Amino acid sequence: MKTGTTDLSVLKPFRVTPIPPSGLAAPVLLSAGLIASIVVTFAASLAVAQAIGPAARDGAMAILWRWAPLIFQGFLFNLLISFLSMALGTAVGVLFGIGQVSPSAALRRPAWAATQFFRNAPWLVLLFYAMFLLPFEIRLGPVTIAFPAWIKAIIGLALPVAANVSEIVRGGIRSIPSGQWESAESLAFTRRQTMWMIILPQAFKRMIPPWMNLYAILTMATTLISVVGIQDGLTVTRAALVAESRPELMLPMYLLLLLMFFAYCYPIARLTIALERRFNVKG
Amino acid sequence: MIAAFFERLNDTQGLNFSIFYDAFDRSRFLTGLWTTTYICIVSILASLAIGLLGVWVAGSGSRLGRLLVRIYVQFFRNTPPLVQLSFFYFAVGGLLPTVSDGFGGQSPLVSGTGWAIIAFSLFAGAFNVEIFRAGIEAVPETMVEAAESLGYTRFQLWRQIVLPLAFRICLPALNNNLVNLVKTTTLAYAIGVPELLYAASQIWSEMFNVREMMNVLLVTYVLLVAVLVWVMHRWEKAMRIPGYMP
Repeated sequence: MKTGTTDLSVLKPFRVTPIPPSGLAAPVLLSAGLIASIVVTFAASLAVAQAIGPAARDGAMAILWRWAPLIFQGFLFNLLISFLSMALGTAVGVLFGIGQVSPSAALRRPAWAATQFFRNAPWLVLLFYAMFLLPFEIRLGPVTIAFPAWIKAIIGLALPVAANVSEIVRGGIRSIPSGQWESAESLAFTRRQTMWMIILPQAFKRMIPPWMNLYAILTMATTLISVVGIQDGLTVTRAALVAESRPELMLPMYLLLLLMFFAYCYPIARLTIALERRFNVKG
Repeated sequence: MIAAFFERLNDTQGLNFSIFYDAFDRSRFLTGLWTTTYICIVSILASLAIGLLGVWVAGSGSRLGRLLVRIYVQFFRNTPPLVQLSFFYFAVGGLLPTVSDGFGGQSPLVSGTGWAIIAFSLFAGAFNVEIFRAGIEAVPETMVEAAESLGYTRFQLWRQIVLPLAFRICLPALNNNLVNLVKTTTLAYAIGVPELLYAASQIWSEMFNVREMMNVLLVTYVLLVAVLVWVMHRWEKAMRIPGYMP
């Protein structure tokens, strides 16, 4: 029946009343205000540095302009590390997550224990663990696989990622109502078929928002590699400050790096919230 | 007894757990453990206070307050905690004046430990604001209306109705965040605060027992987190209102 042609109020398309905005839930206006005020803070710190710096030497703006490309390159290296760790961590984590819901206790218990252990250990300690305890090369017969520091760092960051992905996968699978399992069983699907054809496709959607959230956390954690001596955005920033030895530059320089991360992670966070609403994961 | 056992382990197996038999290493390790615990406790309390203050200001109806809280929350949630810590310690700390330490020298106004506590409190506090907000929004509207109709002021309403309920609702999420905070305290290593990781790294670089210390370290942190989780679960149980399921 067409609903547009009648005057009967019953048949009119209903409209869901929007939830009134509370405190922090984000109207677009606030988002714009947020970004504007962060940019203003940065500009202000730069202007102050420009004003109080020695007049005889290069201004703060010129120095920042000179170093920004290098810092940005370091930041890109952070992103590269984050992609690779996420890929490795997800691959391992999915296996562990499926292991956690396995009917066989011999598989479930170790998967659970490993997940809990690596989830509750600090990222930096796991990174140290990988950096110091992995060999610098592995000999497999005639082939020698070299392990440079950055590959070890990727493995070190992938450990906690895998544990968190494992929990996400387990949570996603558990969130599918048990009726799905039972009806699949009554239709004579095997367990493997049920998992791959019925449960995982439904659970996949629900895993995406927490997975993206984890990715944002990982991206921020990649700065930890500067602590174990790999050149990343933070290392370059520090090196630039040492090279210039201008204390008034510290504030804008660090703010620049913070802004780069913010510009990358904030859209991911917004998208995560949008997807969460869309897939109705929360509430 | 224990010392003798670990000394024998070192002699026979080459597993050098120096912190169990060497008094100097043990005291270094315990000092590190205490510093970590101290940073954790103070940061947890401060981050809870910041979280409460944040939701209070965000919910107070002032547009400026709301915007400020929002900037604070989004900025600290979406930037790396290590860079935040460096920013505070090197950039902000460098701008502050130094004070005389009473021995003729100059020392910074806020120590490394102080900056670590400030940075971690602000970092975890940003998450706490969001967690408390979610908890407060989950309190049924009717409760607030009923309290308002009974003539509660906004402060009374919060203290006696909203917060007790919201707190119970958001405890699991809070739990997660506080565990995260404990794990984040390792970053203080980067600015040379003598906490657990720093103490351990000193020990392993002098005793050449990286493998053993690394495992001790990992187990210690997992235990620390386990203690926190246990306390929070006990608390959650003790605060449960029979018959009220949030």
